[in-house]
Amino acid sequence: MRKPTWIVKTEKLPIKDPNDVVIARQRVRVWALDLKLSLVDQTKIVTAASELARNTLEHGGGGEMEISEVTDGIRRGVRLAFSDHGPGIPDIKLALSDGYTSKQGMGLGLGGSKRLMNDFTIETEVGKGTLITATRWK
Amino acid sequence: MERIPILRMGNLLLVTIQVDMHDKLALTLQDDLTAKIADLGAKGVLIDISSLEIVDSFIGRTLANIASMARVLDAQTVVVGMQPAVAITLVELGMSLPGIRTALNVESGMEYLQQTTSPDLSEEADVDRED
Repeated sequence: MRKPTWIVKTEKLPIKDPNDVVIARQRVRVWALDLKLSLVDQTKIVTAASELARNTLEHGGGGEMEISEVTDGIRRGVRLAFSDHGPGIPDIKLALSDGYTSKQGMGLGLGGSKRLMNDFTIETEVGKGTLITATRWK
Repeated sequence: MERIPILRMGNLLLVTIQVDMHDKLALTLQDDLTAKIADLGAKGVLIDISSLEIVDSFIGRTLANIASMARVLDAQTVVVGMQPAVAITLVELGMSLPGIRTALNVESGMEYLQQTTSPDLSEEADVDRED
């Protein structure tokens, strides 16, 4: 069972155009630095943010990213939540498999991001949208 | 429009990516480089990514595309200076950049290009690439 998580602080950013993807990864870098994550962990979370933000933009038709510092009482971490009101993901298992791509990407976005983060959940409904939450713990 | 400068040195093209690229800028670089290779008959392309703090699947794919397009245009590409944290992340992401020649730094990248693009050794170099 998952431990309860508390949000320490949070920030919301729009993901509406390609430049927002750049801003999103820069902000995630700042939050990861604030939490003093190691360089490798910073790189992983920023890379995952880039993949997921691009998914939100290209597949979800734009949306927003929420960055939060979270704690479960023992550890602290950075949580990223990407939400959109796009077409949703009909087959999550397929979407998470490497090589699967609905557009021109390499098909590593979702599965790859999942590997780069510690916790990863997808909530999606066809025709309604998608919410992807991913946490990297310190 | 924002562009990444491409320097020419003999029959080689040199690029240093020093900005956090948005996707369009990466695609512009891809187009500019292929056009320059064709225009100048360049034999080698060196891309320095030592300033890049991340390489995600899009940038990775763009680098792979550049290398493939260059090869079709009879030029070799070498990507140099990847930071260790970026390498770790890329592999975990699932990208090992197959088909892209890499070197630790500009110096060894240049050495590789000079060897493979010098006319008398180019055939031998083609055989070397098999392993």
